[in-house]
Amino acid sequence: MKIKHFKNLKASLLAISVAFSGAMLTTADNDAYAAGTLRIGNMGEPASLDPHFVSGTWESGIVGNLFLGLTTEAADGSIIPGAAKSWTVSDDGLVYTFSLRDHTWSDGKPVTAQDFKLALQRILKPETAAGYASLLYTIKGAEQYNTGKAGADALAVEAIDEKTLEITLSGPAPYFIAQLSHYTAYPVPAHKIEELGKNWAKDGNMVSNGAFTLSEWTPNAQIRLEKNPRFYDAENVSLDELVFYPQEDRSAVLKRVRAGEVDIQTDFASSDLKWLEKNMPDYVRIAPYLGVYYYPLNLDDEVLKDIRVREALAMTIDRKILTEKVLKTGEIAAYSFVPPGTGDYGSSPEVSWKNMTQKERVAEAQKLMAAAGYDKSNAPTIKLSYNTSENHKKVAIAVAAMWKKALGVKTELFNTEVKVHYDNLKVRDFQAARAGWIADYNDPQNFLSLMESRNTSQNYANFNDDQYNELMRKAELEADPVKRNEYMRQAEVIALTEVPNIPIYHYVSKNLVNPKVVGWVDNASDIHRARYLSVK
Amino acid sequence: MAGASSKLSCATDGHETYNEEGSQKERANSSMFSYILKRLLTAIPTLFIIITIAFFMMRIAPGGPFDQERQLPPEIEANILKAYDLDKPVYEQYFIYISKLLQFDFGPSYKFRDFSVTELILSGLPASFQIGGLSILLATFIGIGLGTLAALYQNQKTDYAIMGVAMTGIAIPNFVAAPILSLVFGVYLAWLPVAGWGDGAARNLVLPVISLALPQIAYIARLTRGSMIEVLHSNYIRTARAKGIRERLVVVRHGIKGALLPVVSYLGPAVAAVTTGSVVIESIYDIPGVGRYFVNAALNRDYPLVMGVVIFYATLILMMNLIVDVIYSFLDPKLRVGA
Repeated sequence: MKIKHFKNLKASLLAISVAFSGAMLTTADNDAYAAGTLRIGNMGEPASLDPHFVSGTWESGIVGNLFLGLTTEAADGSIIPGAAKSWTVSDDGLVYTFSLRDHTWSDGKPVTAQDFKLALQRILKPETAAGYASLLYTIKGAEQYNTGKAGADALAVEAIDEKTLEITLSGPAPYFIAQLSHYTAYPVPAHKIEELGKNWAKDGNMVSNGAFTLSEWTPNAQIRLEKNPRFYDAENVSLDELVFYPQEDRSAVLKRVRAGEVDIQTDFASSDLKWLEKNMPDYVRIAPYLGVYYYPLNLDDEVLKDIRVREALAMTIDRKILTEKVLKTGEIAAYSFVPPGTGDYGSSPEVSWKNMTQKERVAEAQKLMAAAGYDKSNAPTIKLSYNTSENHKKVAIAVAAMWKKALGVKTELFNTEVKVHYDNLKVRDFQAARAGWIADYNDPQNFLSLMESRNTSQNYANFNDDQYNELMRKAELEADPVKRNEYMRQAEVIALTEVPNIPIYHYVSKNLVNPKVVGWVDNASDIHRARYLSVK
Repeated sequence: MAGASSKLSCATDGHETYNEEGSQKERANSSMFSYILKRLLTAIPTLFIIITIAFFMMRIAPGGPFDQERQLPPEIEANILKAYDLDKPVYEQYFIYISKLLQFDFGPSYKFRDFSVTELILSGLPASFQIGGLSILLATFIGIGLGTLAALYQNQKTDYAIMGVAMTGIAIPNFVAAPILSLVFGVYLAWLPVAGWGDGAARNLVLPVISLALPQIAYIARLTRGSMIEVLHSNYIRTARAKGIRERLVVVRHGIKGALLPVVSYLGPAVAAVTTGSVVIESIYDIPGVGRYFVNAALNRDYPLVMGVVIFYATLILMMNLIVDVIYSFLDPKLRVGA
């Protein structure tokens, strides 16, 4: 073959290849963002920006900057007046009368009591099929209306006049004021929904009453919010623009934070913590979070219906090792179901064996197993289900090793994707499983209601204890907060003794915040509204 | 990925008489036309079968679109299932779906409920086409170039170097190459954005296009090399050389044309696969393409969105295979329709 002739050809082919790739390399200039822009790595594409169809924290982080509920969150997550400037409560704790602030939607139309009434009717209307409507069942008639047992008239929400709204509850719920800051209770612009139908929540259509308005929504690319000049407190809002990048890949977002493309990352992988603490410690924000990571035990199961087995399993999980050696991101070992710092609950009741050493716990657990007829040679096999996640896997493997070593219990790990996992839990096709709960509102009832037998959807263990149900019912009807807490504490003691669920750890929130962001306050609700933030 | 396209069969039946007077070229054109028409018509039942299988397979998968960490109270779940006709028997849902499909209504997305499936796919297409189209172009040029070089220098240093790089390119998966590229060029060197779409700005395209093109370059280079070596040893090339035609012309005019056949048949489905986006590349670089929907819609059990992307992808594959077959007939006279 004549190679000589190809010298030129070879050169030109290489040149084409190089030129092609070179042509695309333009010089990098930094994004021309205004100083008043905050860029946030959002952990996923929102399923909706219509507050009535929102269900995740990654959505509430956006929607909460667009809308203002009757009450809202301060920089530290505490509840303060929002669209309502004040309110009164009747002596029996059932009737709330709100006096609305003079403020408007972003199109200039006034926000009225009627807007709130229509919003509550909309989310509870059965045909709306809003997944989160049950949170509002504290309102009298809400459950009946939502489940089709009564009409809209049953809902005890009245617009007394333009600026006065009266809401009657089905029982005294001291957490109702906190609940109103939740997105399910946001007002929605009735005039826009009537005009545009389901398209009202898109960019170019949406009007809102919060500190920001929606200016762009490109699915999977970015969501841009602009400062709302008509917001009642606009003069104290320093940011001009928020940009949310929906990106699930946490390590990819971390790279963007490192490159200065993103200012706030709302979650990072535990495995990155060591590196982060060494290399960018002033970014790391870890704080206790109102959530519990637990293992429900199926009480219908032959092996697990024996309380001695359940307690032995609970005792032999070494939470200190899990939190300090396996998870390593400051999670708090859980000896109670309700996380510490929840509402005005005080310190939660804890399991009776909390003060034993792990060695003593193991000895005690072995005795319990022996009493139940098991020793290490004939220990039962337990199927432990968890949904796909590196974190759940690590915990499950560690727990399996602890059970094996202490009790000889063999664990069959069963991993499925999240939809299958929760479908199995729903039909109680499991023995032990991984579950978690993050508070919707800052009140112990939100956690303890998970074990009420009437809670058909979340009571995975099928716990049905008359005394527990009765105490929770009493708490619901009790207006005195001290007595109410007492009922709930008694209920929690029962839950910890009967072990339908094994609490494992309480969550922490893990944020990365660029030090040039000012006004960020760590808090247990992990809510950080941008109206309080600014960029240096 | 679907296999290479089916070979052409002669579609000349019965057309000879009416075109008797016409030139051979006209006859070829008209039978090419009827061939394309025939292929398009057979695509319809194919699509229909794909839709049916996908529809029922999706329903067999355990877990539903509304199973989640926070389980819904049964009454609310019933409301939602009713709103989406999911309370009806599956076969009835199937007929509802098909009848809507015939009116080009792909339904609402269950997960992204502010958008219809059509809106989601259309909004993702520009980004996916842009990234995918550029990488296929890049991969084709560089891949064919490198493959030809390797073939010409068969079993020499150039060949080994190119094939070594190509093997590495095939062996290193996207989800390894892409984060490394963004770490090096985005974080360490800060030449390019780490991720982000930036409305399709050139500098935002560079890394994703290269990451997506790398394995394709490698694959195309190997294909080209193999077929080029075969072609260069064939009789017609020997004849061309014997006639004293310059070596460059032999390679460029006669060699490449023949050597491209396997590349073209690979490019058909590859174009369909690459331009419909890659879930890995799109997640790592935060690209608003359709690629993410292929995986996420299935994980979310977002039935209408799954169906939407299946139909879209299947149509594209069928179209690309047809185009490949047509191009084939130009490249290889033996396969020419009506010849």
